[in-house]
Amino acid sequence: MDARNESERNGMSNRTTVERKSDRELVVTRTFNGPARIVFDAWTKPELFRRWWVPKSFGLSLLSCEMDVRVGGTYRLVFSHPASPEPMAFFGRYNQVMPHSRLVWTNDEGGEDGAVTTVTFEERGAETLVVIHDLYPAKEALDAAIASGSTGGFSETFEQLDELLGTLGASVGRS
Amino acid sequence: MNETLVSCEASLLLTTIFLIADPVKEAPPLACRQMFVVILNHMVQYQPNRFDASFAALSDATRRGVLEQLAREDASITDLAEKFRMTLTGMKKHVGVLEQAGLVTTEKVGRVRTCKLGLSRLDAEAAWIERHRRLWAERFDELDKVVEEQKRKEKVDGRKKRE
Repeated sequence: MDARNESERNGMSNRTTVERKSDRELVVTRTFNGPARIVFDAWTKPELFRRWWVPKSFGLSLLSCEMDVRVGGTYRLVFSHPASPEPMAFFGRYNQVMPHSRLVWTNDEGGEDGAVTTVTFEERGAETLVVIHDLYPAKEALDAAIASGSTGGFSETFEQLDELLGTLGASVGRS
Repeated sequence: MNETLVSCEASLLLTTIFLIADPVKEAPPLACRQMFVVILNHMVQYQPNRFDASFAALSDATRRGVLEQLAREDASITDLAEKFRMTLTGMKKHVGVLEQAGLVTTEKVGRVRTCKLGLSRLDAEAAWIERHRRLWAERFDELDKVVEEQKRKEKVDGRKKRE
């Protein structure tokens, strides 16, 4: 469980940082070894996006991925998980699309408590700094997201549930 | 997050925990989201030792009852002792075990010690931030691969164009 991600074993330069910047803001940063146009493409072309967005260790499968990346365009991601009888949909709208530098979208599956996500791409030499900024409508909305254990719409409790059920299963087997 | 899904996970998990802890008794109807989250947070993430402590804490029917009670509302040790018809000392012991396992926090104001479900808010937030970071770190490792591949592709395409 303590296994570090590959890039982190290779040094600190590509480390992912997460910080609660204020009552309503959460910021994630990471540097990528490539020009902004390539990194931006990976966020905006569905065929590339779907290859990295779903963390494998969570046991989630992406059933469909529709992204109409232009101002006012919508996106819709549908996932399944063995522990869930129903597929889950995450959806929203792109408010800003500035090629190779900035994306803004809404997260509408959570209703009014959903955050607005801003992603900026800043080229630094051969690298690109990506900053993901989630702005929640109120302090209570971010507090609630934290309390519920959700992470940006992903139920990572799945991972925990799998581990827990695995452990419980093992202990039952022994007794 | 999808509400239906959460409650489904919650009931599945609670059913599992309660069935294993007390196989004869049916799982209680209470599938409280807060309790589910608290148990998960404490039992699973980053605290393998806590897992054992949490499991031991849950092995006792009174302590499970106390958790259910605290999932409904905070309570003082005196309240809990009355509700479960036991001595103050006995209840203090149970609460102590739950506190040790990180399932319950207590706070003394004046002469009253109030018990509530869960970690301190700061601990819970730090644990969540770390889980969030791991989620993104895992995504980004895959994104690294996509970026590398696209860079190679551009190079090849560029060469082809020049030829």
